[in-house]
Amino acid sequence: MLRGANLHCAKGESMVIIGGSGTGKSVMIKHMIGLLTPDSGTVTVAGKVVSELTERELNELRKKFGMLFQGAALFDSLTVGENVGFALREHTTLSETKIRERVAERLRMVGMPGIENLMPAELSGGMKKRVGLARAIAMDPEIILFDEPTTGLDPVMADVINDLIIKTTRALSVTSVTITHDMVSANRIADKIAMLYEGKIVAVGTPDEIMFHQTNPAVKEFVEIGRIIRQTEAVQGRDKSGVAHR
Amino acid sequence: MNMIASLGKIAIAFVRETGRMGIFIKDIFRWMMMPPYRFNAAIEQMMEVGVLSFPVVMFTAIFTGMVLSLQTYTGFQRFGAQSMVGTVVALSMTRELGPVLTGLIVAGRAGSSMTASLGTMRVTEQIDALYTLAANPVKYLVVPRVIAGVIMLPILVCLSDIIGMVGGYAVSVFSLDANPVTYMQRSFDFLEFKDVFSGLVKAAAFGLIISVIGCYYGFYTEGGAEGVGKATTRSVVVAFLMIFVANYLLTALFFSEQGGKFDPRGKSLQSFRRQTGAPRRQPSLR
Repeated sequence: MLRGANLHCAKGESMVIIGGSGTGKSVMIKHMIGLLTPDSGTVTVAGKVVSELTERELNELRKKFGMLFQGAALFDSLTVGENVGFALREHTTLSETKIRERVAERLRMVGMPGIENLMPAELSGGMKKRVGLARAIAMDPEIILFDEPTTGLDPVMADVINDLIIKTTRALSVTSVTITHDMVSANRIADKIAMLYEGKIVAVGTPDEIMFHQTNPAVKEFVEIGRIIRQTEAVQGRDKSGVAHR
Repeated sequence: MNMIASLGKIAIAFVRETGRMGIFIKDIFRWMMMPPYRFNAAIEQMMEVGVLSFPVVMFTAIFTGMVLSLQTYTGFQRFGAQSMVGTVVALSMTRELGPVLTGLIVAGRAGSSMTASLGTMRVTEQIDALYTLAANPVKYLVVPRVIAGVIMLPILVCLSDIIGMVGGYAVSVFSLDANPVTYMQRSFDFLEFKDVFSGLVKAAAFGLIISVIGCYYGFYTEGGAEGVGKATTRSVVVAFLMIFVANYLLTALFFSEQGGKFDPRGKSLQSFRRQTGAPRRQPSLR
């Protein structure tokens, strides 16, 4: 799926990878955390080649990561509190009281205090994403990966999640890599945007460079279509809320 | 040319699937040995596999015992061997029907549930989430289920054997007017330790087969909700087939020295002669 993709993300940077469906965005992010192994080429994180690590080393590396999945991927059989505290219980020697405190604090950070005892099935899509984010930041990661964080959410909730991503990544001073096809989201949260097209990174630049100063036709087309879709969604959202208020 | 290509594809798919299954089984045993041990998760799964399967197993066993008793009685009545009904019920339940029927029931109930549950976790990325949280899903999800399968199946089979024999007794004594003392005597006179033991070994093997196959198909589910449905069907079908194959192989292993024949030098037959005063040349049961 990826053929000669080459991308560098600096420490502390917020990198957003954009691209259409099926271009390999998810494949790329899964390579970064060792969920997939490349057929050729390398993925290097903090100076270590991910595919050359032993299982133990890979797990140690993964403890430095947090990942928010597209559907949040909360464990159905565990409560919200158990989900957020999962890695803390598995990998730290913190007391149960400390773990509960940390869980409560992380849930407050994502604007969902006091829901520790709810089950994932009781949460809306937006709430699940926030809890997923709380779980991703529970271990104070150095790198956070966001897989389509605003997909499936209405524009208002998408903005809330974007704000949350900006707020938490700044508060924790982490490096973040986000994959999305939502151009508004990309524009808001990125320090740099990279466009993945036909298995290659065809453009890398600041949001301004990508949105307004691109010569690559694939990038220009993607940005323009993304803008139209988002405007349509915003109008539809306003219409719906107007009807509801009347 | 197309046919050769198709055969090649099938061969490649078979080798890939077999290899992946082999690695999966190796991983299960590797993680089973490695601490920390997740006893609570194993106990939860024992509830799911064992306790919650018990009512269906009980229902099946009691009616199997009752039907077996009825059928054997009507058949044996033709040559006056009604007194052997208890023996047939006891041997059939412990050697064959208890383990096989329990295995099939658990494969249909708990094995399918394992596939559906792990399959859903796979398609909703919960298994990937476990990896990203530096937790190995084989250890967290598969090992407790396999332990539960291997431990609970023999317990269920033990109970199934007893319940089936009780069902047979009830029909013989209360419906067919058999002598309760003779029935009980005949039930246990010819029952050897090996009969029960072989059934329990079969049960443990079936538990391993059901849990490994159930987890394997769930773990490697692809294709969303539809994929979960397909994986669940496939896992139940494969588990059923493997149970029948393993049942034959284990039976052959345990009872091969008798060559599947009614051995006149066998301990059971000598005991039979002692009990019944039957002549050395026993008429064929055909």
